[in-house]
Amino acid sequence: MQILITALVLGGISAVLAAIISVADAVLNNYGDVKLTVNGSKSYTVKGGSTLLTTLAGEKIFVPSACGGKGSCGLCKVKVLSDIGPILPTELPYLTTKEKSENVRLSCQVKVKGDISIEIPEGLFNIREYASTVSTIKDLTHDIKEVFFSFDDDINFRAGQYVQLIVPPYGEIKESTMRAYSMSSQPSIKNGVELLIRLVPNGIVTTYVHKYLKEKDEVRLLGPFGDFFLRNTDADIIFIAGGSGMAPIKSIILDMKEKGIKRNAYYFFGARSKKDLFYLDLMREIEKEVPNFHFIPALSSPLPEDNWQGEFGLITDVVDRYLTEQGEIEREGYLCGSPGMINACITVLGKHKIPENRIYFDKFG
Amino acid sequence: MGVPLNPFVIMVAAALTSNMVLSNFLGMCSFIAVSKDIKTANGLGMAVTFVLTLTSVLNYLVYYYILVPLELVYLRYIVFIIVIAAFVQFLEMLIDRFSPSLYMNLGIFLPLITVNCAILGGVLFMIIRDYNLMQSLFFGFGSGAGWWLAIVALSTMRMRLREKDIPPQLVGPGLTMIIIGIMALAFLGFSGMVPVQ
Repeated sequence: MQILITALVLGGISAVLAAIISVADAVLNNYGDVKLTVNGSKSYTVKGGSTLLTTLAGEKIFVPSACGGKGSCGLCKVKVLSDIGPILPTELPYLTTKEKSENVRLSCQVKVKGDISIEIPEGLFNIREYASTVSTIKDLTHDIKEVFFSFDDDINFRAGQYVQLIVPPYGEIKESTMRAYSMSSQPSIKNGVELLIRLVPNGIVTTYVHKYLKEKDEVRLLGPFGDFFLRNTDADIIFIAGGSGMAPIKSIILDMKEKGIKRNAYYFFGARSKKDLFYLDLMREIEKEVPNFHFIPALSSPLPEDNWQGEFGLITDVVDRYLTEQGEIEREGYLCGSPGMINACITVLGKHKIPENRIYFDKFG
Repeated sequence: MGVPLNPFVIMVAAALTSNMVLSNFLGMCSFIAVSKDIKTANGLGMAVTFVLTLTSVLNYLVYYYILVPLELVYLRYIVFIIVIAAFVQFLEMLIDRFSPSLYMNLGIFLPLITVNCAILGGVLFMIIRDYNLMQSLFFGFGSGAGWWLAIVALSTMRMRLREKDIPPQLVGPGLTMIIIGIMALAFLGFSGMVPVQ
């Protein structure tokens, strides 16, 4: 009897509280239909209450987001024209002073509560979902795979941009997950994209690609996104990337080759030992065809059996050495890698008088 | 039930002589983690005070009108936690809807409070000390205000010390623990001011 009462009381209290919360949720979070105006011209009638990012996705406008709306990547910035209240503490770390004054907000943190008017780059209308089929998977090194996703429609992107790979729930993972990967294929290939995917220990998407993904599998992609691409100047180009950071650089270089761009370009590729090197033959071939392109691989800790004759040391030291030898020339930096590597490279390039506004990078966290 | 004590006296005692964090050492985790600057400390302090005041009353009603008559007093811990969690959830939605500016200030701290032991501690003290409804209300508010006062005081000290030359071994939690210790000693000076616990 006592047990019964206990269970009933506990269940009863929980049920009453749950009921209150659900009722409150239905009443308080119901903002009805609101009007969403994009770039002053297009307007949509949407249901209020969810975040701006989800609301926009519901209207097939895909704002870039590498973290999937958790407020940890800071990519989903959108300029809000209507007054939607002050900037939230969760947004602060990702906004610059200029962006704050222009009321740029993180769309994953902002809730749509009333009529709202926003401004987004026209390029975002270009972004769409591609239903792709995996046509080839190749092992480039012990932990990097080259995967080609082909689809029926054409994709238009600039060399250096990225797509989001959407991985369905598998094993212990109960939700579909998105991660950003740069295209390693050049834009002239329109019926698909090639991505380089490095296995990250415990990474949800990378584990899926390495352990589960097979040829002929169907996967969804979202894109293209990003503002990492070659600027149209005459300055010398310094590319620095290691590991799977090769992807956007390879795309840019192949694009340069096809378009016949003859700027001086140096690509510094950092790796630990010979087993982390890949695409050596491809790069040597491009070096022959594009006279002003130089590929400089460097190993930081080559093994004795590697028998390594090339550059030796940390990639930042190698870059430093080269730039010192060449003297002062007008240069631009293009970097792709981890935040730590990027910051170290910016310091080295800064030492050689390359201003920060001429260093472009793709940081993956 | 019911100690013949002025609720106002209980409030002052809860805020100063038996301060929640400096005499009872409850709610230490957020006390240390969220005291880096005064703005956030203030927000959390406000949220704790608010929730502590209202959950004291709410749990008082649940305890004396449901648990005691049904002889289910041993369920109090789990019931209190459920009530606190549900209440915080409800409060968050309510504030979000009706006062966006308050939500901006409290917003991210409200969910944190669910697991703040100062809240559960306050509720349990109220039961142990046999307070009546009015006393519980003032006790809840007093405890919260005391916690608020302590975290704001700590955060201002930490902000001042940020600019100072501190031995590297002490930077961060080390120095914070020392400050809290000294603050606790200072608050000991209040004891004897009010003759209750």
